[in-house]
Amino acid sequence: MSDLLLNLALILVKLGLIFAVILSMAAYLVLAERKILGRMQLRHGPNRLGPFGLIQPVADVIKLITKEDFVPDQSDKWLFLFAPGLTALTALLSFVVVPFSPPLAIFGRELPMVVCDLNIGLLYFLGISSLGVYGVVIGGWASNSKYSLLGAIRSLGQLLSYELSMGLALIPVVLTAKSFSLTDIVMSQADWPNLVRHPLAFLIFLVSIAAESKRTPFDMPEAENEIVGGFHTEYSGMRFGLFFVGEYINLVILGSMLTVLFLGGWHGPLLPPIVWFSLKVLFVAFCFIWARGTMPRLRYDQLMHLGWKVLIPLALLNLLVTAAVLLALKG
Amino acid sequence: MGIWRDIKGTLLPFWITLGYLFTKPATIQYPEEKRTPPPRYRARIVLTRDPDGNERCVACHLCSAACPVDCISMQAAETEDGRRYAAWFRINFARCIFCGLCAEACPTLAIQMTPDYEICNRDPLSLVQEKEDLLIDGCGKDEEYNFYRHSGIGVVNPRGGNEDENAPVNPKALVP
Repeated sequence: MSDLLLNLALILVKLGLIFAVILSMAAYLVLAERKILGRMQLRHGPNRLGPFGLIQPVADVIKLITKEDFVPDQSDKWLFLFAPGLTALTALLSFVVVPFSPPLAIFGRELPMVVCDLNIGLLYFLGISSLGVYGVVIGGWASNSKYSLLGAIRSLGQLLSYELSMGLALIPVVLTAKSFSLTDIVMSQADWPNLVRHPLAFLIFLVSIAAESKRTPFDMPEAENEIVGGFHTEYSGMRFGLFFVGEYINLVILGSMLTVLFLGGWHGPLLPPIVWFSLKVLFVAFCFIWARGTMPRLRYDQLMHLGWKVLIPLALLNLLVTAAVLLALKG
Repeated sequence: MGIWRDIKGTLLPFWITLGYLFTKPATIQYPEEKRTPPPRYRARIVLTRDPDGNERCVACHLCSAACPVDCISMQAAETEDGRRYAAWFRINFARCIFCGLCAEACPTLAIQMTPDYEICNRDPLSLVQEKEDLLIDGCGKDEEYNFYRHSGIGVVNPRGGNEDENAPVNPKALVP
């Protein structure tokens, strides 16, 4: 009985910690993105509030909260109010299965450094990340505005294009780790990260999560200069903020998934595991920001073309070859 | 090879943006860093004095006529010795577009543009400046020019008595 309570308490503590870390990380990723993009465009970025603009996220939150929470007259009110929460929530939920450090031994107990080490963690991640699109689609639909609807349709088309190749790119990883548990997958990369073992799968997964994150070059659902912000055109105040913060939480999640699945998770020389993990996640996040500062937006049909005609056949081929090699090694 | 070109075209921009990331930003952070404007910069308008310390303005209304936004107004007056001056002279800087046409039109070099560009204000009424605000003690861009020493009615010298002037002709002397 006390064991159960202790486990529950531990899970709650871990949840709280992760919640705080992820949210502050998302807030500061916004700042980092603005600063890095600014420097790439020979500007300074926000630097007025506090040293190097470090208090800027606080000001942003105050601004968003104090703005009017506007609901369009012709919108589907309840869905409209509910959609931003869904986006942020699903983004947060994914982090439950991400292991950020090897199990810790404290007081003679083994403390797994993951909120919940599901044995189907990978499937859980795939499922939750697809659910996240519902927030966007429902928000776009409920706004009852043509731009929002176009954004919602685009995000659905995008989902259909990248989701399959994303799943297919992960199967070689599962094949080598012989497990769906993310902890086991990290354990299996002790000597070589999957990046070296499955370079093609890594590339396909990278492109897929770039599409999943709805950021340039795959930000068609938002596309400020074509469809006026897409699915969040009609949103204001903190509801827009939830969409916004959801996007950055998603960035952290996808960064940590890439780290866990391909970059060797917490493995690394010298530094403690948790530091390695955070460094890798931050590096992936930087690469995403870098890509945003560099790449133009793809067209809607170009992404469909890329997904269905390039990524999926490549992923299937990669899967076939990997399976054959593994079978040959075993036999 | 199409694919190599595509790969190069995808990766090269990343290198370029990374280079920009470590380049000094081109921004001038205004309140802390100020750029010195060139001497002929067109900003706040002043009324200058001639080398003798008198007002140059003869209230000829050419500047207010030239002004495309009608922001200059004045009232002409005359002293005992016949010297013209502006009884009051008003420039509405809230309307002024700093085109410099007034300074170009001025025959006495009285009205001049200066590089003092920091005249923004939250209160538009305080941007309406009177003669006291506009008049400066110096000569502005030309240290020597004095209108009445070259032309005009006999204020400094008797009529036609300036160096580059001829004495007035008696029209009756021209009668055949």
